[in-house]
Amino acid sequence: MTSEPVLELHHVFKSYHTPHYRSTPLKDVSVTIAKGAFITITGPSGTGKSTLFRLLTRLEEPDAGRIVYLGKPLLEWDPPRLRRKVHYVFQSPVLFPGTVADNLSYPARLAGDSITEEYMSSLLRRVALSEKYLSRGIGDLSGGEKQRVNIARSLSLEPDILLLDEPTSALDEKSTKHIEQEIRAYHEAGHTVLWITHSPEQAKRLGNVTWHLEDGCLEVLVAP
Amino acid sequence: MSIVTTLATTGFVFIAMLLSLRLRLGLERDMFTGTIRAMIQLVAVGYVLEFIFTSRHPLFIGCMLLVMVFVAARSSAKRGRGVPHVFARIFFTIAAVTAVTIGTMLGLDMIKWEPKSIIPVSGMVIGNCMIVSSLLLNQMRERSASMREEILVALSLGATSRQASERLTREAIRAGMIPIIDSMKTVGLVQLPGMMTGLIIAGTSPIEAVRYQLLIMFSFTAASALTSIILGFLVYPTLFTRAHQYIGWK
Repeated sequence: MTSEPVLELHHVFKSYHTPHYRSTPLKDVSVTIAKGAFITITGPSGTGKSTLFRLLTRLEEPDAGRIVYLGKPLLEWDPPRLRRKVHYVFQSPVLFPGTVADNLSYPARLAGDSITEEYMSSLLRRVALSEKYLSRGIGDLSGGEKQRVNIARSLSLEPDILLLDEPTSALDEKSTKHIEQEIRAYHEAGHTVLWITHSPEQAKRLGNVTWHLEDGCLEVLVAP
Repeated sequence: MSIVTTLATTGFVFIAMLLSLRLRLGLERDMFTGTIRAMIQLVAVGYVLEFIFTSRHPLFIGCMLLVMVFVAARSSAKRGRGVPHVFARIFFTIAAVTAVTIGTMLGLDMIKWEPKSIIPVSGMVIGNCMIVSSLLLNQMRERSASMREEILVALSLGATSRQASERLTREAIRAGMIPIIDSMKTVGLVQLPGMMTGLIIAGTSPIEAVRYQLLIMFSFTAASALTSIILGFLVYPTLFTRAHQYIGWK
């Protein structure tokens, strides 16, 4: 593994305020992500883990500081293109109306492209679903199946950096193991993975670098 | 109809007010204000129209139409609070749709080049555009809130603002047009439309009145479609930043 930086955060601040509420999930966060790293992110609920992912994909802007991807500030990237390369998989699986195939081919269609049924079947196999699911309506899927289709749809983008927000929270133990295995294989193929988890056991299983976010501060923990 | 008869028509409102009092609906004050306002507004408009119809000057016709579009846009803009420059967007939409609709009617000789044709027909078109605009803005506001997650997921998959809001815009436009399509399906069976009723009472033959009514209904359909589409495409970008970030309406 090389230590070439793929993402860099320099003195990043982010806060939200309304007349009745004020929170600062990120206070002066500076950190570097090496190419090919597998980082797990832990921390209490509402401490800015998802905020961090929204900033890394430019779904939101930081109040101050700079984020750099492949040596170029995020502000210089075309946002749709950036989000295909640094891709955020949301915690709750949101699928579009239609069939599983419609959902799997959605990212390709956005780019004016198409994908074959064979490729869609291989995506489903990666999340332990059979090709029979392709013609299923999304209304017929269970919560766990929806999450697996959600992950398969994201894998179709083959992003450089995969940001996963508690992807296995709605899955049973067997499916969790399968998804962990698949994401590990994706990482071993040379991709960078950031994975938010609430489970210390899962964090231990997945990677040797953990970021702990609390009170707006990020602490890097490296397992021996 | 004599002035005395006209004044006697307020008797209908008194019946409603008495019922409201008896049933403790608490609507008497609103009914009274509404009646007075309607009388003053309509009498004033009656005198203004009489003046414009007599003078036949294009400048006065233009001013009257501008005032109508202005009032319609202001009323509809209340539904779009939080949408940047919503009044300007609605004003442009209604003005453009009215110009196209009335222009087509004049060009095809469906209505005559005279104030007594142009102003009432424009009024109906503008009123219809106002209702469609309000419906569309309501729909877009509700749907943009309920479809927030879906829009964010689409953006994260590499969609542009236009792609991410495609379903939202399409469904809001569709919902904005449903009332006019529904009313076309039941017209004549459930109720006789206002214009047709007015013409028949004024002595026009029912067949002639139907012809005018069809002209109005079909032009309303086109005007509704145009209003929904133009306004939908003018307001959806305000849900996003230039960097394709979803911000919604406050």
